[in-house]
Amino acid sequence: MSLEEYKDVYVFAQQVDGEISGISYELLGKAKDLAAALGQKVVAVLLGYNVKGLADSLAEYGADKVIVVDDKELEVYRTEPYAHGLASVINEFKPEIMLVGATAIGRDLGPTVSARVATGLTADCTQLDIGDFPLVAIPGKESEQKHNQLLMTRPAFGGNTIATIACPNNRPQMATVRPGVMQKIEPIKGAKAEVVDYNPGFTPDNRYVTVKEVVKAVSDTVDIMNAKILVSGGRGVGSPENFKILEDLAAVLGGEVSCSRAVVDSGWKPKDLQVGQTGKTVRPHVYFAIGISGAIQHVAGMEESDIIIAINKDEDAPIFDVADYGIVGDLNKIVPELTESIKKALAEK
Amino acid sequence: MKIIVCIKQVPDTKGGVKFNPDGTLDRAAMLAIMNPDDKAGLEAALRLKDQYGAEVTVLTMGLPKAADALREALAMGADKAVLVTDRVLGGADTWATSTTIAGAIRNLDYDLIITGRQAIDGDTAQVGPQIAEHLQLPVISYAQDLKVEGDKVIVQRQYDDRYHVVEAKMPCLVTALSELNPPRYMTPGGIFDACKAEITTWGRADLKDVEDCNLGLNGSPTKIAKASDKVRKGAGEKIVPDSPSDGVKYIVEKLSEKHVI
Repeated sequence: MSLEEYKDVYVFAQQVDGEISGISYELLGKAKDLAAALGQKVVAVLLGYNVKGLADSLAEYGADKVIVVDDKELEVYRTEPYAHGLASVINEFKPEIMLVGATAIGRDLGPTVSARVATGLTADCTQLDIGDFPLVAIPGKESEQKHNQLLMTRPAFGGNTIATIACPNNRPQMATVRPGVMQKIEPIKGAKAEVVDYNPGFTPDNRYVTVKEVVKAVSDTVDIMNAKILVSGGRGVGSPENFKILEDLAAVLGGEVSCSRAVVDSGWKPKDLQVGQTGKTVRPHVYFAIGISGAIQHVAGMEESDIIIAINKDEDAPIFDVADYGIVGDLNKIVPELTESIKKALAEK
Repeated sequence: MKIIVCIKQVPDTKGGVKFNPDGTLDRAAMLAIMNPDDKAGLEAALRLKDQYGAEVTVLTMGLPKAADALREALAMGADKAVLVTDRVLGGADTWATSTTIAGAIRNLDYDLIITGRQAIDGDTAQVGPQIAEHLQLPVISYAQDLKVEGDKVIVQRQYDDRYHVVEAKMPCLVTALSELNPPRYMTPGGIFDACKAEITTWGRADLKDVEDCNLGLNGSPTKIAKASDKVRKGAGEKIVPDSPSDGVKYIVEKLSEKHVI
């Protein structure tokens, strides 16, 4: 494999039901930075059925080129036809970098494709940079240091450690990236990309599983990843009914309610409101952690918030180690009174 | 039916994380447990065994002490255990790990392979699908429900806002979510038998159709450039107010200072 043959920064443009997933735009935003650092192009790879019309929106968010693989077999996500589609694009077009969202789709597609094209894959990255590997040249072996490498940074060990990983000898350099971490660009209205149709041919075999039913979660919950203010509750809230006081606080601030894993495990709130390692990564302007002890897995999903306010009766709760403002006290007394005070303060303006 | 369950011994992060004086993780001071998703996968296999009389083999790759996790699995009801351990396999990334495990599995008969979705130390979720790829098997990840009907598996495959009911013909590989089913406890008789049970131990030479260049640290395409304990932004202010009202006043002050209200 000649590494020089590989160029450009590719993004798997995930779509579900003909709608581009938010992570695809976030990846394009990051890909634009990486491509600029390398002097290369941003290419989106769009797989699906009757999806060509989505190419323009990918252009508006930063794609210079869109490769469309359109086939009936790609109508609903299944590992095999999607892996065949993406691996074929990689083998044909030879990307230098291939980014995939660390979603329930990407974390299945990524490993399958990376094994198929025999390259490395770094999971759940939270930071991507272009730099040298090794970071510092080994004395006497300066010529062996490689430049313009993708440096992929990710948390591991439940967020306790952080590692920066490179893939110096294989191409493409592949990463899955956590949703909610990278920034999308302001869309450039009317931007157009070069659109390339490519179909490697799809022949169903035993690896093409059958999707017998698609059951969508009936949910009217909001996407907490977009909220500017989150009022998040933990087991300390005490009961599902008592979340009412959090909802009231969220309402006066124009925010949303989210929760910890313990709350979801107790069946008090649906999983799509869960913040943390196994839930969503959020970075709102203000994050209220109310009755949340602050397990490391929870902190991993909210520590990038601009302002963290914690209310907990346990003075030693680890949440206070990451909070900007910590209040030791009874949430049942503080939260309703806080709602009233804010209401009053807002009314006076 | 023959089922292989791949498990991993991991340090328990739940009981708090211990650090060495130099700030690195003190793995030795932390309890080693069977990875939770893997344990749910093992339970699913044992339920199929209860229902249809399957033979369940647990397999792990790791240091010799990973045999403890295998013994726990035997005590829960697994029939056979395989430990893949060899110095040349150390430092493997997910590519080299999945290559190794696939090389071991090629020696075994199976209808179904179950792995956990991801391990709590690496959190990658990559090894399961990569084993399937090396063995050319259909893979269904993120299983929240698993049934067997004849020569097929019927799996509820979880996605962010939905699940798919997916059918695949065996042999195939399924990765289990912890939600799949709560694991059973070991039985006293099981523990007694597990202590005496023989664990098959394989090294590099026992791996089938695997090249040296794909194993261990050297065979890993990904390389660690830097690893460190995460630097957290650290604690800000913490107050213990005399009354709830004082606490409220404090928060309102901070919110207006920061122009939130």
